[in-house]
Amino acid sequence: MTTLEQSVVRDEGLNTINVDDNVAAAVKRYGTNQSALIPILQEMQEQYRYLPKDVLNSVAEALQLSPATVYGVATFYAQFSLEPKGKYVIKVCDGTACHVRGSLPVYEAICERVGLEKGKSTTKNRRYTIETVSCLGACGLAPVVTINDKVYGQMTPQAIVMILDMLEEEETSHA
Amino acid sequence: MLKNRADILDVQREYNEAVKKTKAQILVCAGTGCVANGSLLVYDELQAELEKRNLDITIDYLLEEHEQADDNGIAAIKSGCHGFCEQGPLVRIEPEGILYTKVKPEDASSIIDALVSGDVVERLLYHDPNTGEVYPKENEIPFYKYQQRVVLRHCGVIDPEDIRAYIAVGGYEGAAQALSLTSEDVVNEVLTSNLRGRGGGGFPAGRKWSIAASQEADQKYIICNGDEGDPGAFMDRSIMEGDPHSVIEGMMIAGYAIGASKGYIYVRAEYPLAVKRLKKAISDARKYGLLGENILGSGFSFDVQVKEGAGAFVCGEESALIASIEGERGMPRPKPPFPAVSGLWGKPTIINNVETLANLPHILRRGSDWFKSIGTESSPGTKTFALTGEVLNTGLVEVPMGRTINEVVFKIGGGIRGGGKLKAVQIGGPSGGCLTEEFLDLPLDFDSLRQAGAMIGSGGLVVMDENTCIVEVARFFMNFIQNESCGKCVFCREGTLHMLDILQRIVDGKGTLEDLDLLVEIGETVQIGSLCGLGKTAPNPVLSTLENFRDEYLAHVVEKRCPAGVCQGLKRYQIMDDKCKGCGLCARKCPAEAISGKVGKPFVIDPEKCIKCGACVTVCKFKAIEEVA
Amino acid sequence: MGWLMVNGKSVTLNGETSVLEVVRNAGVDIPTLCHHPDLSVYGACRMCLVDIDGRGIVAACHTPPEEGMVIRTNTAMVRRLRKMALELILARHDGECTTCDRSGNCKLQEYAHRFGVDDVRFERTEERLPIDNSGVTVIRDPNKCILCGECVRMCGELQGIGVLDFAHRGSDMVVSTAFNQDIRETDCVNCGQCAAICPTGALTIRSQIQEAWDAINDSTKTVVVQIAPAVRVAIGEEFNLPPGQSSMGQLVTALRTMGVSKVFDTSFAADITVIEETKEFIERVQSGQNIPQFTSCCPAWVKYAEQFYPEYLDNLSSCRSPQQMLGSLVKKHYSKELGIPAQDLFMISIMPCTAKKFEAQRDEFTTDGAPDVDLVITTQELARMIKEAGIDYPSLEETPLDQPFGFVTGAGIIFGVTGGVSEAVLRQAYEILTEQELKDVVFSDVRGYEGLRSCEIVINEMPIRLAVVNGLANAKKVLEDMRAGKVHYHLVEVMACPGGCIGGAGQPITNVNRHVRYERGAGLYRDDKRLPMHKSQQNPAVAALYENWLGYPGSKTAHETLHTTYTCRKKSN
Ligand SMILES: Cc1cc2nc3c(=O)[nH]c(=O)nc-3n(C[C@H](O)[C@H](O)[C@H](O)COP(=O)(O)O)c2cc1C
Ligand code: SF4
Ligand code: SF4
Ligand code: SF4
Ligand code: SF4
Ligand code: SF4
Ligand code: SF4
Ligand code: SF4
Ligand code: SF4
Ligand code: FES
Ligand code: FES
Ligand code: FES
Repeated sequence: MTTLEQSVVRDEGLNTINVDDNVAAAVKRYGTNQSALIPILQEMQEQYRYLPKDVLNSVAEALQLSPATVYGVATFYAQFSLEPKGKYVIKVCDGTACHVRGSLPVYEAICERVGLEKGKSTTKNRRYTIETVSCLGACGLAPVVTINDKVYGQMTPQAIVMILDMLEEEETSHA
Repeated sequence: MLKNRADILDVQREYNEAVKKTKAQILVCAGTGCVANGSLLVYDELQAELEKRNLDITIDYLLEEHEQADDNGIAAIKSGCHGFCEQGPLVRIEPEGILYTKVKPEDASSIIDALVSGDVVERLLYHDPNTGEVYPKENEIPFYKYQQRVVLRHCGVIDPEDIRAYIAVGGYEGAAQALSLTSEDVVNEVLTSNLRGRGGGGFPAGRKWSIAASQEADQKYIICNGDEGDPGAFMDRSIMEGDPHSVIEGMMIAGYAIGASKGYIYVRAEYPLAVKRLKKAISDARKYGLLGENILGSGFSFDVQVKEGAGAFVCGEESALIASIEGERGMPRPKPPFPAVSGLWGKPTIINNVETLANLPHILRRGSDWFKSIGTESSPGTKTFALTGEVLNTGLVEVPMGRTINEVVFKIGGGIRGGGKLKAVQIGGPSGGCLTEEFLDLPLDFDSLRQAGAMIGSGGLVVMDENTCIVEVARFFMNFIQNESCGKCVFCREGTLHMLDILQRIVDGKGTLEDLDLLVEIGETVQIGSLCGLGKTAPNPVLSTLENFRDEYLAHVVEKRCPAGVCQGLKRYQIMDDKCKGCGLCARKCPAEAISGKVGKPFVIDPEKCIKCGACVTVCKFKAIEEVA
Repeated sequence: MGWLMVNGKSVTLNGETSVLEVVRNAGVDIPTLCHHPDLSVYGACRMCLVDIDGRGIVAACHTPPEEGMVIRTNTAMVRRLRKMALELILARHDGECTTCDRSGNCKLQEYAHRFGVDDVRFERTEERLPIDNSGVTVIRDPNKCILCGECVRMCGELQGIGVLDFAHRGSDMVVSTAFNQDIRETDCVNCGQCAAICPTGALTIRSQIQEAWDAINDSTKTVVVQIAPAVRVAIGEEFNLPPGQSSMGQLVTALRTMGVSKVFDTSFAADITVIEETKEFIERVQSGQNIPQFTSCCPAWVKYAEQFYPEYLDNLSSCRSPQQMLGSLVKKHYSKELGIPAQDLFMISIMPCTAKKFEAQRDEFTTDGAPDVDLVITTQELARMIKEAGIDYPSLEETPLDQPFGFVTGAGIIFGVTGGVSEAVLRQAYEILTEQELKDVVFSDVRGYEGLRSCEIVINEMPIRLAVVNGLANAKKVLEDMRAGKVHYHLVEVMACPGGCIGGAGQPITNVNRHVRYERGAGLYRDDKRLPMHKSQQNPAVAALYENWLGYPGSKTAHETLHTTYTCRKKSN
């Protein structure tokens, strides 16, 4: 499991990685059939934390697919993002159990705390990406929030704001 | 390398003897819920206590893959829940099967003391809040007692990462049995068992298999559907994480029956631990010769591969799942041809749900008669439910088909949390329906539920009390569907958009009576006209609530009132004349300048201007402002 | 043979694969917005719903017919569903019919009217997405797209390119290029077939009608027109003449009436193409170099090859397309004959083809810096101009074409149909190789409408293997098989459009119906038969041109005027 620290470190030096080499390495592992497309994109998403245009074009070329097809697949699945994500990816579970136990106020509290603009999912300073997801399979702890894969259960608006306060403090002291 | 059935029995015997040698086992639950409640500290403390006394007792996690709780004491775990998290942290003492609940680190020494002296720690035992009764053993607690665990039977009991542990409890015997029969006999056995698909449709597995078995093809496939997209269901996850070999064994049996040599397990993106466990299990099974060429000397070859989903609910639908494995957008394809005839890469393909497949080893091992002795005649066997919402004991529950909602919610679930009143049970997730109290004695099986206008679906069971707004829940499901519709066909793509629009209007307090008619009209056409199951069932939550809870809709659109007091848009703030001292503080704090009045006289709120921020309520020293539904 | 019931009438089954086909063959129409017999079954529009006893409501386009089925196509529920589907589509549709290019020709408009959608009860989408106006030929207006996916399958399945695909999902789904980039930046080869098959105005062909009128009205310009072979058998459809009925005479009269100075026939240049290409072909066969020879008269194919198979560019015939040959002859040679400077001549091509709009803009095809062909308008655009001018087309007198580029043979005419170029080349190659007169000019082996046909023709004991292709996906197949060493051809004819140019995207919209295309093809073969000459080498005007100016086939002048070179357009390495 990746900790907060690791995923943050991974974010840096993103542009120094050679796209074609990376894609070629993945293609070597998964082959050139179209059925390799999603696993390759998953790996790229994991590495870059989003799917840059160059990556998609390079994958299209390697698998001999039209770029529009690759773009179509990348925009279909929720796991893929074509926009760089924030340093912290906050997922608020809005599955049935969490919803019934008040996940929306938690979501709203987060958006307000980090100052997310309406209609956006990543804050201007690229620090936070906020998403809602359906059921993380921890319904007993509803409502559930994860921050970079760390699970926080039984959230309330107050509790999540406290956690975010701490993160912010850390961020500003680092800067 | 196991070469035949006798080799399996050898592993079984060896492992069981080794287990017998240990004196006692302390199992600390490290599931999500328990860790959040501090089970890791309990573990540490128990460990320290054991070391101090130099005792030869093994102590183990029920589920590993844990991480230290952070400074807030908030847990960070990824694992499925095993049932009783409400009472966690759980500690189990084996072989007696004693269950301690709500264990704290400081309880460690008492637990060890009792263990040494052969006592139990009474205060840590489960006390039934309703009756006050005390239960020392896990299997006597009502939550477990009224369950009958078949597919969940190994979850939390055996180490999911140890293939020997699985073999020791009879694992792979079902597959060995299947391989000793002809494939026709296997199909027939499953046909006779009348095992019906647990993925939602309830289609008899044997019938589907016989179609695929009769196809001539150079290659056939078995796909295990582990997409589990229903927001609020996690039984497949528990099986894949807690008993991965049972899934693999089930696939083997299915593969042998239809003549497939390759299988895929399609697992939801959100389940990394399931992926990890399955991969480990596959690699172990290969090592033991239970996957690969010439399995157990039968001449049958079979292998399995895990495919990870990428985040799309619709990929639970068979043809979309196939498209996704093939590397395309997960858009359902027109049927026929059905996958059993032309599926993955145009080859005959059987897709079964995780729970369906996990039943197979038991059916083959114990026979279809045993299976049919459980459940009802038309729906034999058990079904797992994810019991959530305002019920006391949330968690995973497995009962024979045909038990009533009453039994599940009250006997096992312990009734409504906080002593409230049951209002509705939502069953089957976004494709299911909402049932009222009237249906409390409805047997939970495929056909009864369908007649009642609901669906077992994946088995999500959300209990709602008086504080849940039915209209809001309908809107919630519609919103889910709108986000998850693939967008291919007109009815589902556009129809659900407008249904959501209308529902949003209603919860915002802007709905009209015509809106209700329009909802029904669109809903019916979406049901009939959509291409795939997602669209065909999408209107169910709305239509069933419109039928069963029409009053509540009417309250929203006619009286502009939310009976449950949930809908923000329908909230109103009112200044009580008799309490207001006319100080004017609220007016100064109101960001919307919605409050006016003369100092000394009662103030008033203009509902048109009020944005329902609630600031005035907090600020009024005389508690003169109330929220009215 | 089985039977079933359609609306109470017994119908015999004839190997149809869908209920839709059966019902339509029985003379009952069912609306469809996402189905086309040339493409795979998609099942998205839900317009084709029918009621089948025991099954309920199902989509006719993807339900196989079964013996004894009782099908009803017009029940109250079926009507209600159709109407609801249309209402849902329209709630999001930018329904500005009066200013829409497809008005009067739009399936959605027709159905909304036919099925009585008089009110849309849902909130209409106000937000509008930007229109992609960048394309040389195709213009995309996502606000009119109904997501039927026909364009996606056309470009992907028949053209093997996949410029367009779906992006995003649910109610955010759109048809898009990769990254929604301008279509001009993509691998689009301008065949226009996506627009031809689009049931609405979401994909349209850039209209250059105004530019054509401007040129005609410009008193400093002499407007010279050339008309491609396939136009004559299709334009009449816009004026209620049956498809396939040739109306070249009326066409000339109409153009003259509108103010055009000279009207030539592209078929004349096609005869020259045959002569140049045959010479090239025989040389290659004899030297064994750059075999097979690919035809080069389809600009969509040429761009395709440049983008995806640059390693085979040497195999393309170096001949310009007939359109560009004629443009070049007019600007380089005829202008002198007329005594009008090239820049004062304005050449308009009337083409069945949208890719020719792109071809005419290529840098290679200029004389003294001015384009050889100034403007390309499609059959459809010309029909609209004729209507605008108030001309009653069917009743026009016939006028003969202008000389010298009005004299044609049947060989030049059949260029408009798939297999035609091959046949024309064979008619000449035979005579050159055997030094004997060819009596029977019909090579029925190369005729037909299959997307990929191959045959072997023995001339003078020499077997010549041919592949005749329409649809670029079939070209891809040939190229891949060649690359894998599975096939060995001498001559490969490639046309991008279904049926060849008779099915070009500039033709009247009815060309999406294959039976209409067959009629047009038959019309061209009839013209071939009717004309006194069937071989390019018989054309006296062509002979004269060689004698007076070009010299001999393949001469230096011929090369400068009639041949070209290709560039690799592959995007990355
Ligand atoms: C929108 C949609 C989502 C579905 N999701 C799942 C799923 O998550 N898991 C599952 O097993 N079946 C799901 N199904 C049902 C499957 O399509 C299929 O019927 C099932 O996997 C067959 O297995 P069974 O016969 O063992 O139930 C879904 C169906 C639809 C229409
Ligand atoms: S019903 Fe919905 S999910 Fe299914 S094909 Fe149609 S749009 Fe896609
Ligand atoms: S603050 Fe309370 S008491 Fe004062 S004016 Fe407002 S309602 Fe009245
Ligand atoms: S709730 Fe907020 S907006 Fe409404 S009256 Fe009170 S302070 Fe003003
Ligand atoms: S696409 Fe059809 S319906 Fe839409 S505006 Fe154009 S003509 Fe009208
Ligand atoms: S029919 Fe249509 S175009 Fe004609 S006047 Fe009426 S609205 Fe206008
Ligand atoms: S014009 Fe032809 S190549 Fe271009 S997008 Fe349309 S179909 Fe594809
Ligand atoms: S652009 Fe036209 S053909 Fe393509 S999906 Fe939209 S409406 Fe259909
Ligand atoms: S086949 Fe004819 S109409 Fe079609 S693109 Fe080629 S030249 Fe143009
Ligand atoms: S609904 Fe939130 S974890 Fe299941
Ligand atoms: S996490 Fe321990 S019982 Fe659920
Ligand atoms: S034509 Fe059948 S669904 Fe569109």
